[in-house]
Amino acid sequence: MIFGIPIQAFAGQLLVGLINGSFYAMLSLGLAIIFGLLRVINFAHGAQYMLGAFIGYLILAKLGIGYWPALILVPIAVGLFGIIVERLALSRLYEVDPLYGLLFTFGLALVLEGVFRYIYGVSGNPYPVPPALAGGVNLGFMFLPIYRGWIVVASLIVCLGAWLLVEKTKFGSYLRAATENPKLVQAFGVNVPMLLTLTYGLGAGLAGLAGIMAAPVYQVSPLMGSNMIIIVFAVVVVGGMGSILGAILTGYMLGLAEGLTKVFYPEASSIVIFVIMAIVLLIRPAGLFGKDA
Amino acid sequence: MSSTAPLLSVRGLNAWYGESHALHGVDLDIREGETVTLLGRNGVGKTTTLRAIMGLIRKRTGQVTFAGKDLIRIPLHHTARAGIGYVPEERGIFATLTVDENLMLPPVIAGGGMGIDEIFDLFPNLKERRNSQGTKLSGGEQQMLAIARILRTGARTILLDEPTEGLAPVIVQRIGELLAELKRRGMTILLVEQNFRFASRIADRFYLIEHGKVMSEFPVGELENRMDELHEVLGV
Repeated sequence: MIFGIPIQAFAGQLLVGLINGSFYAMLSLGLAIIFGLLRVINFAHGAQYMLGAFIGYLILAKLGIGYWPALILVPIAVGLFGIIVERLALSRLYEVDPLYGLLFTFGLALVLEGVFRYIYGVSGNPYPVPPALAGGVNLGFMFLPIYRGWIVVASLIVCLGAWLLVEKTKFGSYLRAATENPKLVQAFGVNVPMLLTLTYGLGAGLAGLAGIMAAPVYQVSPLMGSNMIIIVFAVVVVGGMGSILGAILTGYMLGLAEGLTKVFYPEASSIVIFVIMAIVLLIRPAGLFGKDA
Repeated sequence: MSSTAPLLSVRGLNAWYGESHALHGVDLDIREGETVTLLGRNGVGKTTTLRAIMGLIRKRTGQVTFAGKDLIRIPLHHTARAGIGYVPEERGIFATLTVDENLMLPPVIAGGGMGIDEIFDLFPNLKERRNSQGTKLSGGEQQMLAIARILRTGARTILLDEPTEGLAPVIVQRIGELLAELKRRGMTILLVEQNFRFASRIADRFYLIEHGKVMSEFPVGELENRMDELHEVLGV
């Protein structure tokens, strides 16, 4: 027993929180990268996550392409979709008020969701857990489904990889410098318009990857993105807009906070993240890891 | 001064910040290996001239030709790749990057740039602080870093905006020696500087700018004869 709660229930909810936190971290990471460089609040991020899950579902249903190849193909497909969106539309909005970028991506999210709702309805479609990750492990104090353990490990690898890409590579130094002063970076000879395109593609690809990883856990549904995006925005606000490390750590922290709330006061679990966001905004408006507090 | 065709030629350059018309037809030429200084009071368009040549101000008309290439209609990053390095007035050191990362940031655009060891020989302070955040450096060190990172790229022409502004005299002297060394190495320098005493040690020619256009041009040898005019125009 922990605080009068059976350890199985406690650990089970912590695991649920950790899994949710894994998706929050991956999605808010992409949002933070996009906002940091493009200054676009990408409301289409949830729709790109949904698109990833649906592409995975469709290539399995229509082409028989399973989970493992989909882990590569889906992020590439959603990333390419992001690149096309950035080239055709977002790149024309950089010189105008950032509100236009937000409105455009909000509209794009509505269109994507509407198209999938029209074709597939709102009821979810199942996506099977890959056989290699089926079943579970009895840890003594709880039963751990292997796929859920995989989600936590894979999301840690993805977040660590993205952090290393941004902090330790030449591409990352371009990205960080262009976040501060894109014109000067371009005046040094760096093709910043291409950097912006690739960054949006990378962010969209990360959302797509989260989508295919989520497919076996949640139902593949047109609404899965809009359910997630509001929480992910709260995560980014708490972490600090544009802070990549902040987005990752806050994603896991808020996932765990949500899980713990389900243990101690389940009625508040759906609002705890927003309560934390409100408190953080009052105390530290730039977010826990933001620089302009 | 050589009589060859100009390396950088500016004709009738106009530039706008929004609706504000900042440059009103600037004309100037720089030959290869020359050091040319733009003089003028604050706000007359010296920095704007450099920014408009680089393409940092997109609303511009006129002709800017570098090594025969028209710079007006090409993207900003192609200007740098044509062989022009830019050191902005505010130095442009990136806060999230270390000294090393700041130094390595601009891509190498041509052969013949300085190697990292050569740069550290020239700027030993930077070597000692290579893992510090760029903005933790002193003003003088930041200026050194801003110049050093351009020297690595292989650019043979540098647009240098107010490199001595706000620096201690001993640092100003050090920067003067550095620019003299770059001049000896045959680099072409377009310098914006209010301190014409400082500029006279390295400049071959001066352009005096007022109200967004060139009012006069004279070689360094005429500087002493124009002292009264300069004191009046520059307000020093």
